[in-house]
Amino acid sequence: MSLTNKEVQHVARLARLAILPPEIAEATGTLGRVLDYINLLNELDTEHVLPTTHVVPLLTTWREDRVEPSLPPQVAVQNGPEVLSQMFVVPKILDGGAG
Amino acid sequence: MSAAYEVVIGLEVHVELKTATKLFCGCANAFGQEPNTETCPVCLGMPGVLPVLNGEAVSLAARAALALHCEIHSYSKFDRKQYFYPDLPKAYQISQYDQPLAENGYVEIGFGEGKRKIGIERIHLEEDAGKLNHIGNRLGDATGSLVDLNRAGVPLIEIVSRPQMHSPEEARQYLTELKTILSYLDISDLRMEEGSMRCDANISLKPSDYTGSLFDLPRVEIKNVNSFRNVQRGIEYEIGRQKERLAQGLAIVRETRGFDDASGTTYSQRSKEEANDYRYFPEPDLPPLVLSEEWLAKQQHMMPELPDSLRAGLLQRGVAERDVQVLVQDPDLYRYWQQAVAEFSDVRQVTNWILSDYSRLMNAHSLSFAAPTVTAKALASLLRLIESGTLSGKMAKEVLEAMFESGETPQAVVKRLGLIQITDQDAIRDIVSSVVMANPAVVKDFLGGKDKALAFLVGQVMKQTKGQAKPDLVNDLLREVIATYA
Repeated sequence: MSLTNKEVQHVARLARLAILPPEIAEATGTLGRVLDYINLLNELDTEHVLPTTHVVPLLTTWREDRVEPSLPPQVAVQNGPEVLSQMFVVPKILDGGAG
Repeated sequence: MSAAYEVVIGLEVHVELKTATKLFCGCANAFGQEPNTETCPVCLGMPGVLPVLNGEAVSLAARAALALHCEIHSYSKFDRKQYFYPDLPKAYQISQYDQPLAENGYVEIGFGEGKRKIGIERIHLEEDAGKLNHIGNRLGDATGSLVDLNRAGVPLIEIVSRPQMHSPEEARQYLTELKTILSYLDISDLRMEEGSMRCDANISLKPSDYTGSLFDLPRVEIKNVNSFRNVQRGIEYEIGRQKERLAQGLAIVRETRGFDDASGTTYSQRSKEEANDYRYFPEPDLPPLVLSEEWLAKQQHMMPELPDSLRAGLLQRGVAERDVQVLVQDPDLYRYWQQAVAEFSDVRQVTNWILSDYSRLMNAHSLSFAAPTVTAKALASLLRLIESGTLSGKMAKEVLEAMFESGETPQAVVKRLGLIQITDQDAIRDIVSSVVMANPAVVKDFLGGKDKALAFLVGQVMKQTKGQAKPDLVNDLLREVIATYA
């Protein structure tokens, strides 16, 4: 299994990583080796192993629908680089954003 | 080249669940609060926090699934849907991807012979995003946005239809019926204007000779339209736009489009190719959702009677098909009708008065049957006054209006306005005789075969009794008096 530069660029864009052209080839190599390593699992016989998404043998824990105190709003927004009217300020959207 | 196309429409409806708290934390789920007053480290997406599922949300979602004839999976799981947007603090939404809560249901639209099933592909649980308030008028020319995370983490169900609707009108019918069903479950406020019910429409045109998969057809999605009427308008516009492009030999681009209410048109928001790469993976912080037989049976037990069965019941009681539709569409109206019928058993009379005169008053004042100004009991006693002959239908309308304005009982209004129908035969006979005496020419016309002349005489008697005489009685007495006079 080998990764292409193009795939690395695509994944970098999806993850909003600013990756410089000289770094692409390097990332392709290192990331490719990680994937190759994971690929070793394919050598195992998993014929009789059930697919799983969780390793902890825990099923359905839920809580009661009871309101608990929220944070004071000034605390909630305190990490915002810019705050206006108790809300986080973000730059203009809708150019190239996903969602 | 003019080709024939079949319109293919699929709808995705998001419904906010009416729980006390959010889906994965104990913050209150309440609309219209001051910005960022209902947030905590979990719904703000702080590092290291852990979500814990709200059991009530699962219960409400399961009831929706049962009402829509879905198969509820005893095993489902949550997944992370990754994308970057300022209303999504974690940069992923917890949703359900390949193993949703429920699948394979349907909604029936139409009535009688024209009934048709629209398939439901799936229903899944997910969290809502926050709310963006744009600085500037429209998203397109906003200079920036303000983020309010009160809504972030509010429980939603997404109901995905199969692409089985073929006209804007069918889409409207599907939405109306879906909303009616959900409103009886009382699991959501279902207010499109407040965003507690939202709709995205997918539209494609299928050439009549196309044999491939519907999934491969270029599809346009209209996002977040704020009323049923606008969903219909948006689809209508989009069908026209796509047909025109195809007629010009242009391709349909797979994209997301917004709807502009003022112009009734759609505009391109973004091309969909890359945006669809959400890189879903199982949410490691939440264990799989496993529902037992007992739990499901309990949900089933909590189900109310649903519109289909209510309609059948109304038809059986002799309510006209058209009235049945109107009555069942609004649960508050239906409950009001039920209360009124319990008090006054003439179904036809009750239905007529509620759907014509009373509804007209309520609509004129934009009031809801959730809080009727005239109670069902008061309406029933008004109808009893008609039945006993105390009031004519015309007088009763006047009384109803007064009851509506003042909240008085019908008896109080009748007393205040001095509106008692005169049923005393002798009193009316005197007036009838004087009218007959005063209009010999008209009487002659009547005797000469002009039936209309009698109406004039009835009118004269009604005038003298200020409309309080019983019209049937006046009619009979006039004929009687004229017969002796002739």
